[in-house]
Amino acid sequence: KNNVNIKEIGPGMAGADSDDSLYPIAVLIDELRNEDVQLRLNSIKKLSTIALALGVERTRTELLPFLTDTIYDEDEVLLALAEQLGNFTMLVGGPEYVHCLLPPLESLATVEETVVRDKAVESLRKISHEHSPVDLEVHFEPLVKRLASGDWFTSRTSACGLFSVCYPRVSSTVKAEIRQHFRTLCSDDTPMVRRAAASKLGEFAKVLELEYVKSDIISLFTALASDEQDSVRLLAVEAGVSIATLLPQEDLEALVMPTLRQAAEDKSWRVRYMVADKFSDLQKAVGPEITKNDLVPAFQNLLKDCEAEVRAAAANKVKEFCENLPEDSRETIIMTHILPCVKELVSDTNQHVKSALASVIMGLSTILGKDNTIEHLLPLFLAQLKDECPEVRLNIISNLDCVNEVIGIRQLSQSLLPAIVELAEDAKWRVRLAIIEYMPLLAGQLGVEFFDEKLNSLCMAWLVDHVYAIREAATCNLMKLVEKFGAEWAQNTIVPKVLGMANDPNYLHRMTTLFCINALSEVCGQEITTKHMLPVVFKMSNDQVANVRFNVAKSLQKIGPVLDSNCLQTEVKPVLEKLASDQDMDVKYFAQEAISGSSTGLFMEKQCALFPLSKKCFRDTWLPKCFVQLFTKQTILLFILTPNLPAEPSCSVYHHLLNLSLGSHI
Amino acid sequence: MLTQVDRGPRAESLLQRQSQFNRCGASTAAARQHFSALILSDREENELSVPEIDTRKIDNSFLRDHNYATEADIISTVEFNSTGELLATGDKGGRVVVFQREQESKNQPHRRGEYNVYSTFQSHEPEFDYLKSLEIEEKINKIRWLPQQNAAYFLLSTNDKTVKLWKISERDKRPEGYNLTDEEGRIRDPTTITTLRVPVLRPMDLMVEATPRRIFSNAHTYHINSISVNSDYETYMSTDDLRINLWNLEITNQSFNIVDIKPANLEELTEVITAAEFHPNQCNTFVYSSSKGSIRLCDMRTSALCDNHSKLFEEPEDPSNRSFFSEIISSISDVKFSHSGRYLMTRDYLTVKVWDINMESKPLETYQVHDYLRSKLCSLYENDCIFDKFECVWNGTDSVLMTGSYNNFFRMFDRNTKRDVTLEASRENSKPRAILKPRKVCVGGKRRKDEISVDSLDFSKKILHTAWHPNENIIAVAATNNLYIFQDKVN
Repeated sequence: KNNVNIKEIGPGMAGADSDDSLYPIAVLIDELRNEDVQLRLNSIKKLSTIALALGVERTRTELLPFLTDTIYDEDEVLLALAEQLGNFTMLVGGPEYVHCLLPPLESLATVEETVVRDKAVESLRKISHEHSPVDLEVHFEPLVKRLASGDWFTSRTSACGLFSVCYPRVSSTVKAEIRQHFRTLCSDDTPMVRRAAASKLGEFAKVLELEYVKSDIISLFTALASDEQDSVRLLAVEAGVSIATLLPQEDLEALVMPTLRQAAEDKSWRVRYMVADKFSDLQKAVGPEITKNDLVPAFQNLLKDCEAEVRAAAANKVKEFCENLPEDSRETIIMTHILPCVKELVSDTNQHVKSALASVIMGLSTILGKDNTIEHLLPLFLAQLKDECPEVRLNIISNLDCVNEVIGIRQLSQSLLPAIVELAEDAKWRVRLAIIEYMPLLAGQLGVEFFDEKLNSLCMAWLVDHVYAIREAATCNLMKLVEKFGAEWAQNTIVPKVLGMANDPNYLHRMTTLFCINALSEVCGQEITTKHMLPVVFKMSNDQVANVRFNVAKSLQKIGPVLDSNCLQTEVKPVLEKLASDQDMDVKYFAQEAISGSSTGLFMEKQCALFPLSKKCFRDTWLPKCFVQLFTKQTILLFILTPNLPAEPSCSVYHHLLNLSLGSHI
Repeated sequence: MLTQVDRGPRAESLLQRQSQFNRCGASTAAARQHFSALILSDREENELSVPEIDTRKIDNSFLRDHNYATEADIISTVEFNSTGELLATGDKGGRVVVFQREQESKNQPHRRGEYNVYSTFQSHEPEFDYLKSLEIEEKINKIRWLPQQNAAYFLLSTNDKTVKLWKISERDKRPEGYNLTDEEGRIRDPTTITTLRVPVLRPMDLMVEATPRRIFSNAHTYHINSISVNSDYETYMSTDDLRINLWNLEITNQSFNIVDIKPANLEELTEVITAAEFHPNQCNTFVYSSSKGSIRLCDMRTSALCDNHSKLFEEPEDPSNRSFFSEIISSISDVKFSHSGRYLMTRDYLTVKVWDINMESKPLETYQVHDYLRSKLCSLYENDCIFDKFECVWNGTDSVLMTGSYNNFFRMFDRNTKRDVTLEASRENSKPRAILKPRKVCVGGKRRKDEISVDSLDFSKKILHTAWHPNENIIAVAATNNLYIFQDKVN
């Protein structure tokens, strides 16, 4: 078996001529047009290797023109191409020639797929910085203009994202043209383009001189914010926030606020939703005075909105909004204006609103302090803990830490326990799954005594849940609990119960024991594992159900690293060998896998790793750079690859090498 | 390799059909002969906005022996794109055929307006839902074109369950030059590779490709009857019997339910949604029609869920006309906004109605499509024809309405002159490039020459699907497995 038959593979491959390095590159170039998308994608991702091999001159004159017309391909290939081209400056000869990259990116900026266009725009923005001011005006700015006046809206939408990067670096006449182009796009016929312009308005405003912000941007903003399509108006809200940060405080009231006020009361709920969603940013942008006079009533209205989506978005912002209120009047505003609305939301008709509120309401306690929390917030928490919707209760439980800091969890524990128990027994397994995930957190907050007394039995009950996902989460939960409470606690409370399940008549429960052992062996350490767990595992290797037996093999493989080598050799190995001669095929397979499986096998001899001859091997395994061993039934070929190969040659290269060698030698 | 065994009659007819289409596309003289165009009609009678109709007939039946016209070949939807340059048809076999209008050329002026096959592809395949033990037909229920966004064309096609977004694009260049193989495709000796070749793009014969771009599935429990693209170019809705879902054209893994009329208990179900459409330019407004004869207009601005309508268009029932069939024949089979967005047209079994969007109480205009069938409802009920879903269309200027009837007849109504006409789409009764002759159905009494009696109408020949070019007088009429294209007479 070890008698390796080494064959040379032909002068082209093994020799050290300068041409050798061409072969893998030639493969890469040909695969740019392979029928298999995956191979094309691999090639595109290695485009820099190809360009490096071709040299800057040929990259500019041959490769880029070819890529410019390669727009028929699959999205993922085009996306990779757009991304690659953003990092291509050095490969075409440095900043001096960076404009050569514009044509392929221009054609990518007009395809119909948004992700590709966006990536092309991103790359264009990136390389715009590498243009000299002259090149920017000679090459880049004309491209922006071409896109901005393109026939199809795809090109015009792409143009919107490019104005802001070239504006700061061009002469004032060109600046005026750019502003004009942007104005035109803001009143484009198609909503797509107006949306793109609206979403880039804030960004463009940032690079404009203040006088133009006041003269140009404000009027564009006002126009977009009253567009007939609400999909455009809602994007103007975000732009409004950015613009507000740019303007001096005294201009805000006259220039921006009327429009924003109008947006907060827009007829379309989607626009109001956007206002609610951006409320914290808005609050920061307009400053404390306007917040007090304008935003507080606006926020109250949003919390009372007739559309549930809007209320939910506003409810999500309650904590942030309160936190950012000016300190001097914070408490009064919250107590007199916000809290009454919040109280109503606790009994909202829509569960999304309630659960949005539940996810932030606990945060108010740190802002309001102990007394207010106990007097005003605690009743709300308790009400939400009893809410009919499990998500609301879960959200309260998941944020317990905030309250714990302020008033201590004991205040809540009376109501907490029934809520937890009810969730733990909820009929929906996703709810049970969610509460399991909070167990380690709760255990930490409530302490080991409370846990042992009230919650431990729940955790054990989940291990025999009839849904696999719950049993799986429960094992993982045990591991986290042990991490928290220590191995000794585990040995006293958990391990006996887990091991007891090994005698359960239900084989699914017996398997759960194995899964628990897998999870616990590492955190419990060698002693507990060897002393208590291993004997049980060995015993189960005689189980009559094959599923249990092959899971024993898997478990042994998993806990192997925890055990000492003596135990491995004398105890584990015989058991695995016995399983390897099991009558069941799967048991045999997993036992074999545990003994000598590819990289994780316990008894694998590392020096003579075998690479089975399959396509998969080339995909999954990183082969040493200097040589590749390929085993076939008859022959073993040793390839010496030249060091010129790219750092990570694509699997396709190996694949070709393989075909080639098999073709010529077998 | 496709073996002979695999090729059932369906596959055979498909292959045959495709090869014939290719010949048409190649514009060979032989193929041209099949595009027999007819002219019929009596000029005085026919002074609608389609006063002189020159007919071009693209007749699928020429493509094969008549015996081959299977169920799968029945056309199930017809739709022009926004410029009218392309026309798409879908059929029961899940295929989509796209026709492109011939460019005007000096030497053959009469060819203008002729539509030739541009692309044919299999949009949907028959499927089986294993969880529900349901067969899912491949029949294309609706096709809708997207506004053009670049050189390629996009359309949405749907069967009962799944909406697909197709891209139809042209390719006229092909990369040439490999490193590892020579011009004849032989593998080169790697030792001879001394220089690298970058492929070069060379012109090639124009190729039209149809590629599925997105598949919007798993969102409908019931059968999809309508799809409609929103004027925001970003969303579309799909409608089944009980629910309407809103999709983003770029997102396939989530959709929003905006209307749900399913009662908690299905036994309380009294009506279903029959059709729905977005307003042509207000992105927040849409309408849906019901089997009870009402049309609801919803405003998506007011609320995320549009279960509560903002307008309800309904005509009070005339108690004197009440009969066993009243409810069935008042079911609306199609609803269409006018191009202006001001009016709605609805089709029920016997009439076409035009509603002003600002008047909910009654329709502005009511046109009788085939009132002579009123006495035959009983037999139409027995042969299930009473459940046929006729569609209706506006002309480009919203002044003429068109809808189908039986016996390969279709009807047009001029809203200004209040004149109407019945025309026939058939190969037997008309010649290529002839003017269409109006037809008359006689009701009782003596049958005059040229008239056809109600009793001899062929109810198996129904025209359910029609389309009108967005700005010219060109119409497409689907008569079972034949597609007829008629246009104003040129010259």
